[in-house]
Amino acid sequence: MRKPTPAAILCGAALAACAASCVFAARVHADSDSSDRAVIHALNRIAFGPSRRDVEHVRAIGVSRYIDEQLRPDRLADPGMEARLAGLSTLRMSSREIAEQFEIPQLKAQQAKRKAGGDQNEKDQPNPEAARRANEPVAELSAQKLLRAAYSERQLQEVLADFWFNHFNVDARKGADRFLLTEYERDVIRPHVLGRFRDLLGATAKSPAMLFYLDNWMSADPNGPHPQAPRARFNRRFPMPPMPEAETQKKNAPKGLNENYGRELMELHTLGVDGGYTQKDVTEVARAFTGWTIQTPRLGGGYRFEPRLHDPGQKVVLGHVIKAGGGESDGEEVLDLLARHPSTARFIATALVRRFVGDTPPPALVDRAAARFRATDGDLREVMRTILTSPEFVSADAYGAKTKTPLEFVVSAIRATDARIPGAHDALPLVREMRELGMPLYFCQPPTGYKDTADAWVNTGALVGRMNFALDLAGNKVGAIRVEDQDALAGGGLAALIGRDLSEPTRATIDRASTGPQRIALVLGSPEFQRR
Amino acid sequence: MTSRRVFVKNGAFALLSLGFAPSFLQRTAFAQRPARRKQLIAIFQRGAVDGLSVIVPFGDAEYYRARPSIAIARPRSGDAAAVDLDGFFGLNPRLAPLKPFWDNSTLAIVHACGSPDATRSHFDAQDYLETATPGVKSTPDGWLNRYLQARRDETQASTPFRAVSLTPQLPRMLQGAAPALAMNQISQFGIHAGGTVGASFEQQYAAAADRVLNGTGRDAFDAMKMLKAADPASYRPENGAEYPRSPFGQALRQIGQLAKADVGLEIAFADVGGWDTHVNQGSSQGQLANRLDDFARGLAALVTDLGSRMADTVILTMSEFGRAVNENGNRGTDHGHGNAMIAIGGSVRGGRVYGRWPGLAPEKRYEGRDLAVTTDFRDVFGEVVVRHLGVADARAVFPAYALNAARFPGLFA
Repeated sequence: MRKPTPAAILCGAALAACAASCVFAARVHADSDSSDRAVIHALNRIAFGPSRRDVEHVRAIGVSRYIDEQLRPDRLADPGMEARLAGLSTLRMSSREIAEQFEIPQLKAQQAKRKAGGDQNEKDQPNPEAARRANEPVAELSAQKLLRAAYSERQLQEVLADFWFNHFNVDARKGADRFLLTEYERDVIRPHVLGRFRDLLGATAKSPAMLFYLDNWMSADPNGPHPQAPRARFNRRFPMPPMPEAETQKKNAPKGLNENYGRELMELHTLGVDGGYTQKDVTEVARAFTGWTIQTPRLGGGYRFEPRLHDPGQKVVLGHVIKAGGGESDGEEVLDLLARHPSTARFIATALVRRFVGDTPPPALVDRAAARFRATDGDLREVMRTILTSPEFVSADAYGAKTKTPLEFVVSAIRATDARIPGAHDALPLVREMRELGMPLYFCQPPTGYKDTADAWVNTGALVGRMNFALDLAGNKVGAIRVEDQDALAGGGLAALIGRDLSEPTRATIDRASTGPQRIALVLGSPEFQRR
Repeated sequence: MTSRRVFVKNGAFALLSLGFAPSFLQRTAFAQRPARRKQLIAIFQRGAVDGLSVIVPFGDAEYYRARPSIAIARPRSGDAAAVDLDGFFGLNPRLAPLKPFWDNSTLAIVHACGSPDATRSHFDAQDYLETATPGVKSTPDGWLNRYLQARRDETQASTPFRAVSLTPQLPRMLQGAAPALAMNQISQFGIHAGGTVGASFEQQYAAAADRVLNGTGRDAFDAMKMLKAADPASYRPENGAEYPRSPFGQALRQIGQLAKADVGLEIAFADVGGWDTHVNQGSSQGQLANRLDDFARGLAALVTDLGSRMADTVILTMSEFGRAVNENGNRGTDHGHGNAMIAIGGSVRGGRVYGRWPGLAPEKRYEGRDLAVTTDFRDVFGEVVVRHLGVADARAVFPAYALNAARFPGLFA
């Protein structure tokens, strides 16, 4: 005698959603605004996946109102988030404070070690405790990202914080950047994700994190008199044996113009690689930004304009003349020019549509989003509204069309199972998990950021990693993270959240599983759950 | 019961007789006889190894002037002396395990080799070496992945083991659109659950409507089965090869095992750190020497273990840049420019040091301080891709670089 199989229960809700979807033509009608399918889809795109609570909420108010709500995170209460993050003390520190407390002790330990003259094997850190502490800020920042993504009410803001950080990517491994990213994400990226693109662009351009990452801080007029390169002065004031990276900078510093930022600014941040600029433009832009540097980079100092490094001559960027003698304003003029360029509107619109709608962005929607970008002087809230309220966003083609990145997979699994992360530091096993899955947070090496399309994320090793994570999470084996009420979840709650008709073989495998955790794992690790 | 022997001998074909045919075998023309593939094993010495202490230019008097306390002594001056190669260059004595391959002409060296980009940042230089686009940071994929992409259509047999990195994460060199696998420990590759859970996942993915997830899922389960059959835990190297117990040695051991399992391995990757010797570098003893000892014994074990398979294999070592010619005030060396690469393989025209030697005199140095680069590293990679791996048109592998056989060092006939 068998009771109704778990999968039968589990799939009841999914089938109901599926039945509803059968009458779907090309789009979700306004009156199906609160249909399960529309709700699940909205949460898969606007949020980091459906959670039980959010499904109930969106079902109650409808998708349109949910979109309005999410577009105004400033008006959205987020009770509990601050308390959750309270244990992560570095989140509230300035770069200078982080440098003083976490970076300098590590440098001093290294200095002591070098004086003693021991082995410098990378794997045999001079002082494991100092080295561990130096990595703490990035670890806390990563825990923060996962906790907010999992639990914040301001889900769209979190999705966009991820999107825009990735758009203006900085890798924590590049020298000083490991202690500059806390401030970078908090003060440079987050305030502007639904603001004006020009403000966001300007903030990144002046951020020590970006200035260091793309080397602009040491870019100087090769002809100009620069009696004191920033590095040399720094070393005098704070003498210590340079770290390898620092030494590099010192030797490169006097050499003059560095085009890295100028190139990536146009290729990756604004115009796009086919946006209509030339190598000559790259050089001219780099000249305009000479002198945009960092005050004491190793000590967490801020942006500073250094006239002695600046090339005072005339520049011509994209046919636009920047008059000689502009000083610091040369860079601002370039940013104005780029932020308002039609190629930028199109490039940003394409990237956002790719993230929110599909790997192959529908051209008509890109056109409308780009037009909105231009009409509103780059008001990102309005661009987002255009995308999220478009028929393309809710089209049948878009439904479940995106493959989850490892971040989306891990966080959506936490949300779907309503897993409890007791303390802020208990999120750290998830940080490690992100490494295993090939997407280490804040450690994306190229300035391109992580790819937003399926091809980058579906590979043999990573897929096995996802199945194992599903098993570990469901089995309560990811540190102190707990999936509670496993029987209720396994008994149907989870499938309702997935909202896609689980295939017959998937259902069969769930039927056969003998325990609640296994059933949950077989849902989370299934092909269906890898899509959103 | 099949034994590991059977698997090792007959490779994946043993699986056919066991009743489960990996799906990629069914998909491939591979189904009769495994076409022996050319293999490339790339070894990355991360941290910038001091090439002047590895392949020692003892014939350049400037070498001894520049390095009063850390130079490797001239050959035949005692135990600590360089091992003479050609009367001008010698091996660091700790590299002696590699000397037999020089002697049998399967080991070649390209000296004064490196990047046209001036950077002395580990971060940027590694990036450039891995993308093979010096000066361009935004290149999305690595050059080994672009090789895999270039050969995608020709090699019908795409196996999950076509490109394997024995590292926790896929290195930049192998990142890109073509599948590649990163594994720390091949013995731990699998579903970590007992019972039927693994089989259940396998059924789910076999039935997945999503073509990509379906194919990748199949590959993943095939890979697990093949590894299980290969029984990595009981692997015994052949020909008396003894791999060091170090992480590097164990990574090479696993590469050897995969290469011999006939699972379709084409590209293997491993890296090894600890070369950033700013202080107390040592010479024939000490910090660098200890790293070189592990390095050389590992490589020698791999070559020995692979035995006759070396006919189709090239092992290529690389590092992001070399180190300054003058030793610094801490008896170490600072970041430099040109460096040495080592190529070992049956088809390598070994027993020679390739590349023009620019000389170490101050006026010959790059920016007055470093070994100048006379061979662009892309010409070495390019020659391996064209002449060893057999890609006739390698333009897509090396974008924005006019690959020209006339500039190849001449490692292959």
